[in-house]
Amino acid sequence: MKFMTIVKTRETGAHPSPALIEKIGKLGEEAAKKGVMVGMGGLAPTAQGARARLTNGKITVTDGPFTEAKEVIGGYAIYDVPSKKEAIEWTRKFLEAHIGLWPQDLEVEVRQMMDDPSNGC
Amino acid sequence: MTRRTAADAIDAVWWIESARLIAGLARIVGDVGMAEDLAQDALVAALEQWPESGVPDNPGAWLMATAKHRAIDQLRRQKMQGRKHEHLGRELDERQVSPEPELAAAIDDHVGDDLLSLIFTACHPVLTTEARVALTLRLLGGLTTDEIARAFLAPKATIQQRIVRAKRTLAAARVPFEVPRGAELAQRLESVLEVVYLIFNEGYSATAGDEWVRPALCEDALRLGRILAELAPAEAEVHGLVALMEIQASRIRARVGPGGEPILLLAQDRGRWDHLLIGRGLAALARAEALGGAYGPYTLQAAIAACHARAHTADETDWTRIVALYDALAQLTPSPVVELNRAVALGMAFGPAAGLEVVDALTSDPALAGYHLLPSVRGDLLAKLGRFDEARAELARAAALTQNSRERELLLKKLGAL
Repeated sequence: MKFMTIVKTRETGAHPSPALIEKIGKLGEEAAKKGVMVGMGGLAPTAQGARARLTNGKITVTDGPFTEAKEVIGGYAIYDVPSKKEAIEWTRKFLEAHIGLWPQDLEVEVRQMMDDPSNGC
Repeated sequence: MTRRTAADAIDAVWWIESARLIAGLARIVGDVGMAEDLAQDALVAALEQWPESGVPDNPGAWLMATAKHRAIDQLRRQKMQGRKHEHLGRELDERQVSPEPELAAAIDDHVGDDLLSLIFTACHPVLTTEARVALTLRLLGGLTTDEIARAFLAPKATIQQRIVRAKRTLAAARVPFEVPRGAELAQRLESVLEVVYLIFNEGYSATAGDEWVRPALCEDALRLGRILAELAPAEAEVHGLVALMEIQASRIRARVGPGGEPILLLAQDRGRWDHLLIGRGLAALARAEALGGAYGPYTLQAAIAACHARAHTADETDWTRIVALYDALAQLTPSPVVELNRAVALGMAFGPAAGLEVVDALTSDPALAGYHLLPSVRGDLLAKLGRFDEARAELARAAALTQNSRERELLLKKLGAL
């Protein structure tokens, strides 16, 4: 089963320290060595992004930054694990890596990726 | 641990940590069976303590330290030879005085080699193929005996016995816990890759049986392959196998219709392929190719799979390249099944007559007697040549030969359309 974990945080312009980057890199390597890491990455500031919306049948596109947003998506990882438990455990490890190295609160959504329920692999 | 039971956390930690735990212990005690018992003891301790104390910060290191204490106790009790005992005691003492992060690092230092040794030991040629498969899934895949039994539709007692016997065989044969070197490496690696691909195929080709559990086998095999690729990055065939499995797995949801009927490659809705896996597969193939040298059999098969994966529609398939790749594969690992596949590719690239010529040469091969795909392929080629009577006879024969009822329906449908 594939799970996408979506990391949400306040956008303050703070950059992760080299120590944090190294820790997260090591964790990614550990997950790769366990065969579960399908992909991971960080997202560039919302200033470089845009939002496209469908409202009442009308499409609007707004360039970033998303100043009104309390939280933005900062990164993601996709794990291939036997069940939700393991996805949660990797996420716990990920959050643990931030303790003392990242000043803000973090929230990670752990979401199963849809496969055909009858024959997904 | 709010909103999440300790049992779930322990399950997950065990699944993540057990292979390196067993591998690390096996390096120290020199026996895979004993290492697994020690690891299990540590798990039992965790089950007793963690619900009260909470999951420790570094659960892997906790399990390892606990298991090592038990190893010492056990070795003392068994009065094993002094040298090993001393070595173990010293190693543990050193780690006892080091602070936590260093302890974790000390375990990590060896972990790559240990895991690789564990894979090579579990797939040792002294074991039967079934035993290799069961032991690999158990020790490296983190599967329980129950899960393995369900995956292979075998009674639990059978699998249990298979694993116990395998561990005994390894001990009796005094199989050293190490990564083979030199000329032996290539041969032993072949056995490892074979086991992983066998697990994959057990999941992939199962349209019958328990649909729910078997796709999980594909995932297990994929993860094992990815682990190998991380541990042995210089081996082109490891990347070739990973590429092959990723690309094949990308089609899983497209190869079965809503009624459970098989959908053949060229008829599949390519929009339903998993492009994340295709991307990974093509990347793995590029890694294999970048290592240079002649293509091995897995890399060749992956390259063939990649030809399909790269084609946005069935018509765009580069059949000429596929023929060339099958030519190479037939030279490297000649087999009637490869030859039959080559015939299909020839038929697509250069017309049905070219394919039929190769298939006709195979009809007298005793290895293919009773193999339903031979008349099935021959029937298709004959139909394309407008020889409908012969085609109908071949498709009817194929339908009578196949063991799979879904496939039979498909063949009879084709037959009816002629």
